[in-house]
Amino acid sequence: MKGFLRADGRKGIRNVVLVTYLVECAHHVARAIVNKGDNDNVQLIGFPGCYPNEYSLKIMEGLCTHPNVAGVLIVSLGCEGFNREQLANTIEESGRSVETLVIQKSGGTKTSIESGLERVDELLVAANKFETVPMELNELVVGTICGGSDGTSGIGANPAVGHCFDRLIEKDAICMFEETGELIGCEQIMAERAITPELGEEIMRSVAKAEQYYTHMGYGSFAPGNAEGGLSTQEEKSMGAYAKSGSSKIHGLIKPGDIPTQGGLYLMDVVPDGDPMFGFPNIVDSAEIVEMIASGCHIILFTTGRGSVVGSAISPVIKVCANPETYENMSGDMDINAGKVISGDATVQEVGNEIYDLVIEVAEGNPSKSEELGHQEFVLTYKKFEGVGPSCLPTIR
Amino acid sequence: MMKRNFVLLNEADNVFVCCKQLLVGEIASVEGIDIAMSADITVGHKIARKGILKGEKIIKYGVSIGSAIKDITLGEHVHMHNMKSDYISSHTRQSKVREE
Repeated sequence: MKGFLRADGRKGIRNVVLVTYLVECAHHVARAIVNKGDNDNVQLIGFPGCYPNEYSLKIMEGLCTHPNVAGVLIVSLGCEGFNREQLANTIEESGRSVETLVIQKSGGTKTSIESGLERVDELLVAANKFETVPMELNELVVGTICGGSDGTSGIGANPAVGHCFDRLIEKDAICMFEETGELIGCEQIMAERAITPELGEEIMRSVAKAEQYYTHMGYGSFAPGNAEGGLSTQEEKSMGAYAKSGSSKIHGLIKPGDIPTQGGLYLMDVVPDGDPMFGFPNIVDSAEIVEMIASGCHIILFTTGRGSVVGSAISPVIKVCANPETYENMSGDMDINAGKVISGDATVQEVGNEIYDLVIEVAEGNPSKSEELGHQEFVLTYKKFEGVGPSCLPTIR
Repeated sequence: MMKRNFVLLNEADNVFVCCKQLLVGEIASVEGIDIAMSADITVGHKIARKGILKGEKIIKYGVSIGSAIKDITLGEHVHMHNMKSDYISSHTRQSKVREE
């Protein structure tokens, strides 16, 4: 395995140039720059709102200084609330090239697109200067999410990802799982896996917060397709989702954009703190993927039963399909057929080993299916968080 | 390998998970007894492994995933029409499931 060495010592498995718009008003110009450049390594991300928000700034900083990212073109309209100076400084301090294009100072749409294209070309030249060096599994960060779950997800795909996680953690990789709202009902068994009792209490609190938040919103983290696929309740979905975490001890509780530094398993608390504000914790799977990437994930393992097709900007998404019928129907989108567990043709461990091998292949540069198909979904919205307390990241191992 | 109809995830479970689509009226062996399916059962759905009384917990993966809201017979489809969450209500595209 080889990685692109960044100034902070972290290594990337891709070498992407980002074009990021800081308000919806700058979206068209940013998209036109990416589309006209027509290069899979130049990717579009952005934030739609005009009001400033600490969370979205932190996530954007995490993404723009992600190890898979080599340089960034910031596209601003000029009058929006996003702190573009701070973002540019953070990127520059990380040893990456950064260019800021302010549409109101660049003569409007047409000239901004032209200028943006030139700057992206310069960023691509600078990106090629990053040295590639050997990279070990203990430098890899892998996240997991489930989307479009059904009654098969918790039987084949999720436990297989759990087995892959156990093997990665044995090699001292960082692994993370998330969505405390989809862990409602698992809080007790999860807390027992915490490396300290205090961390266990924090985990219990985070799930209680999620239950309260979702109850306030009036909906659990449960989609109609979940029910059509045989899942009857939130806690049934949760038990299946929980299997993705494997059987390792839980080393810490992080919030979106927090970057773990020690190998082990981490739970990400994605539910905002304080009174419910800005709506649903995560409006869609892609928002969770973005948060895990902001926390350093090089690769996302995405399990699905109904059949999700999404990928992501910045980090490759590997699709693990739990339902044999869905796999047959959508095999062009699926990297791994975990439906073999349901049909009785493979064990959970065998599929888990297949996922493990594929993680290494994708880390070595082979594209995942969604990556090859050009999926680069991206969602970032408003949220509010407090920092994690000291018991969330115990130092004892 | 022969295609199984159902899988038992944990010895403590009172439901099986379907691995192969079965149509309403189709006869399948459940715990050694031939039972006509009460509904179309698609992959991932659950059927009762034993009789379950109203108010009893539905056990899957060895843990409770909710409670029966009516008596359920051996082999019957177990889903939102006869069980509910003990935490937060589920919803379909048409409506939210009413808590009883």
